[in-house]
Amino acid sequence: MKNKVVCYFSAAQSEQPIICQLIRNYDLIVNILKANINPQKEGYLVVELEGDKGQYEEGIAFLKNLGVIVEPLSETVVWNEELCIQCGACASFCPTEALSIDRDTMIISFDNSKCVVCGMCLDCCPTRAINLHFEVKEAV
Amino acid sequence: MTYKKTYEEINEKIRRGEAVVVTAEEVIDIVAEKGYEKAAREIDVVTTGTFGPMCSSGIFINFGHSNPRIKMKRVWLNGVEAYTGIAAVDAYLGAAQLPETDPENKVYPGRFTYGGGHVIHDFVAGKRIRLEAVAYGTDCYPNKKVDTVITLNDVNEAFIFNPRNAYQNYNCAVNLGERILYTYMGILRPNLGNASYSTSGQLSPLLNDPYYKTIGIGTRIFLGGGIGYVAWNGTQHHPNVLRGENGVPKVPAGTLSVIGDLKQMDPYWLVGLSYIGYGATMAVGIGVPIPILDEEILRYTAVKDEDIYCPIVDFSEGYPYCKPIDLGFANFKELKSGKITINGREVVTTPQSSYPRARQIANILKNWIKAGKFELTQPVQLLPSADADIEFKSIPTRTPNGLFLNGNRRRD
Ligand code: SF4
Ligand code: SF4
Repeated sequence: MKNKVVCYFSAAQSEQPIICQLIRNYDLIVNILKANINPQKEGYLVVELEGDKGQYEEGIAFLKNLGVIVEPLSETVVWNEELCIQCGACASFCPTEALSIDRDTMIISFDNSKCVVCGMCLDCCPTRAINLHFEVKEAV
Repeated sequence: MTYKKTYEEINEKIRRGEAVVVTAEEVIDIVAEKGYEKAAREIDVVTTGTFGPMCSSGIFINFGHSNPRIKMKRVWLNGVEAYTGIAAVDAYLGAAQLPETDPENKVYPGRFTYGGGHVIHDFVAGKRIRLEAVAYGTDCYPNKKVDTVITLNDVNEAFIFNPRNAYQNYNCAVNLGERILYTYMGILRPNLGNASYSTSGQLSPLLNDPYYKTIGIGTRIFLGGGIGYVAWNGTQHHPNVLRGENGVPKVPAGTLSVIGDLKQMDPYWLVGLSYIGYGATMAVGIGVPIPILDEEILRYTAVKDEDIYCPIVDFSEGYPYCKPIDLGFANFKELKSGKITINGREVVTTPQSSYPRARQIANILKNWIKAGKFELTQPVQLLPSADADIEFKSIPTRTPNGLFLNGNRRRD
């Protein structure tokens, strides 16, 4: 299985070779998507974990035992209207009509509630007006 | 005898604030209501607009001299190199130029985050730009290196000079192959996954004057939010192509080369673009006013999306390897509806050029003219039209061996 999670940790936990152990002891493929650690050595990691289901669960249990808070990653798509030039390219890649064109005016709009964060629209935007936003809490 | 107007009569009305100006969209409804003859008497000017990626664009800059003086051999703006094989502190920055540090397609598909078009956008926005230059040094220009920060205000001249813009019609791109393609027409999904097109159709300048009867050298236009001029026909101007009964080309045809002072332009209308897997470029806003000199010219401006066709071209084999693959034509009204039919299959359409911004340009230009701020110019010379004998050429395949024998450096 493959899943993206956010791990919030404190100074004590950040001193430990957590990632190394996840890889060695649970045979997981770890892909770090984003990391933020403050000078007090607290912070978060956004990681994609891939491996056998049983081992994945054991790995998560290992993290939680250490006191690391593990939460499913909530990603949202942010559409920057200022950067958008209204070309309309993205709408043809969106499977849910979250990005859609009013065919009379050819004006594009984004409805966040329809977005399933499939990521199909991200690459096609020439002004990079559509971005993936990881939702991470400010403080642990 | 049909009714005729002159440029001078129209300008006289503009100066009096009495000119009747409508956009290339609005003229369609007016003609439907009043007919061609009446509409031609009433309307003085029809405004057009287009806003889309135009790679063949760039700016000339004169930086002024450093002290000591420098004859720049190479120059970079925010790390993007400009061409300086001209006078000492003159340079040309192209919209598609990339910094040497860009990984390009080594990591495929490349992202091309920042290129010449982005520099031009930042420059016209008044942002601070890093200027680096190197030179070999001469007695008159001893300086060998400049590394400083400039803004648009610091340079003597900065003007846009785009060799090819405002393409009259353009191919609709599809992918007949098995893998995803990253092209200058955007992402093309395999097995006819989408059809990408790039023109503003009934609003597009050269589709409203298909034989270039009013658009020529010296025509004053909306360019990048300011005023510019048509300098010449654009490169690859190829007017003698297949045309519909309405005179509108059914394949890419005429083009414009345009010029204008960057210092009065607006970053909203010059936007750097990054095409994944392809490169960087710039969206340029252009609007051309068409004087309604007679009924024939009005007829051209009343062209509708449903009367405009463009060829469907395969980008997996057809375009890159110049193989003729007949996929028929797409109609612009259908393209705008979001779906077209190719070989009996329904295919979603992907626009590349911004129709809402094209409409905005046509409206801005209309308001400038109505307010008496923008007068029309009669072309100094018209562009080669459909009767011209222009051959569309490709690079010849020849063997360069022996070219330099007898000290003869001339090619045949
Ligand atoms: S992420 Fe997917 S669903 Fe959301 S807007 Fe983009 S294409 Fe549509
Ligand atoms: S592709 Fe980007 S620039 Fe074009 S309409 Fe969508 S968000 Fe706007």
